[in-house]
Amino acid sequence: MAQSLAKEFTKGLWAEIPPFRLVLGLCPVLAVTKTVENGIGMGMATTFVLVFSNLLVSMLRNVIPAKVRIACYIVIIATFVTIVELVMQAFTYPLFLKLGIFIPLIVVNCIVLGRAEAFASKNNPIMAIADGLGIGIGFTLSLSVLGAVREFLGAGTITIWGGTPVFDMATVSSSFQPFSFMVEAPGAFVGLGLLLAIMNLIPSK
Amino acid sequence: MREMISMIVVLTCLTAVSGGLLAAVKSGTELRIEEQVLKFQKAPAIADILPDVTNDPIAERFPVTADGIELQVFPGKLADGSKAVVFETKGKGGYGGDVGLMTGFNLSTDKIIAARVTTHAETPGLGARAKDDPAFVSQFSGKSTADNLALKNQGGAIDAMSGATVTSVAVSRAALEAQDLYKKLKPEIEKQIQ
Repeated sequence: MAQSLAKEFTKGLWAEIPPFRLVLGLCPVLAVTKTVENGIGMGMATTFVLVFSNLLVSMLRNVIPAKVRIACYIVIIATFVTIVELVMQAFTYPLFLKLGIFIPLIVVNCIVLGRAEAFASKNNPIMAIADGLGIGIGFTLSLSVLGAVREFLGAGTITIWGGTPVFDMATVSSSFQPFSFMVEAPGAFVGLGLLLAIMNLIPSK
Repeated sequence: MREMISMIVVLTCLTAVSGGLLAAVKSGTELRIEEQVLKFQKAPAIADILPDVTNDPIAERFPVTADGIELQVFPGKLADGSKAVVFETKGKGGYGGDVGLMTGFNLSTDKIIAARVTTHAETPGLGARAKDDPAFVSQFSGKSTADNLALKNQGGAIDAMSGATVTSVAVSRAALEAQDLYKKLKPEIEKQIQ
């Protein structure tokens, strides 16, 4: 039991890390990873939704009729997404402004619906939480790594939290010129492509 | 038949619980969200409109009612001693809902000091330029209550932003409403401001 629990948790961190191994949920991956901070914020919001929607779907898996299961999952997911949206507005308003439309769009993130359908609806609540937490943390890590690559190359800074960079290339070398292509939309595709290529060089097992 | 009823019952219960939960969260966070909007949206806009006031417009804000309209008003004392007032109006029909516009009026000349876009959900790079690039809203600066603040193609004096006509219309609607409200509420505001 404990062993399989650990397995469900750790698979999301490496073997099935969502954007790189499953290649799922690419919309927020491409759109919000301009800074590490945005990546962490988006990842944490998605993790919250994943854990609680997994928990509820798993708890209600014997009650929800098969024919309307997708509608039920969407109601559950949308409820938690709206809660995240309101809480972010109340407590991290500047981050909410930066992530904007991509917070409500977590509803249609295929990772969340995918875990509900593929895992939570077939497993007990504890396993479902472990799965949601693992996949969510994996998603947060991926977004942060891509955010770090793009922010470092594109702006020369690394911003972890609160809008102030913890590292600024301009203070290291005054002749540093940021490669601003990387924080534009095409840079997201190039950055993601390179990370995917690197991940494919490393065997998943 | 049994299956049908169970589908209806489960979905109804689920949506009812979800609705109740969301109502609770919303009422719990409402006050804090309002504070955050004031701090991060309205305060910077007011500071842009009235850069050198001798008082604190946020702390001295007061509600004004006339003709059944209630409005939160931010008073400002200008450096030359004249008084100004800033308030927000919502322009209906933006691309992503209402567009908030803060407009500042000089109480002695009745002219608009400046205007700034606050809350909006317009497309980044197109409609959102109304907020990010003050060139468009700066057209309102210096206009008097007699000027027509509609867009040029509607007989007004304001150039629309290219590629963002819908947003431009919403902003100009908010400005027209601000002008209208200012005319209606001026006696009441002056009474309270002394």
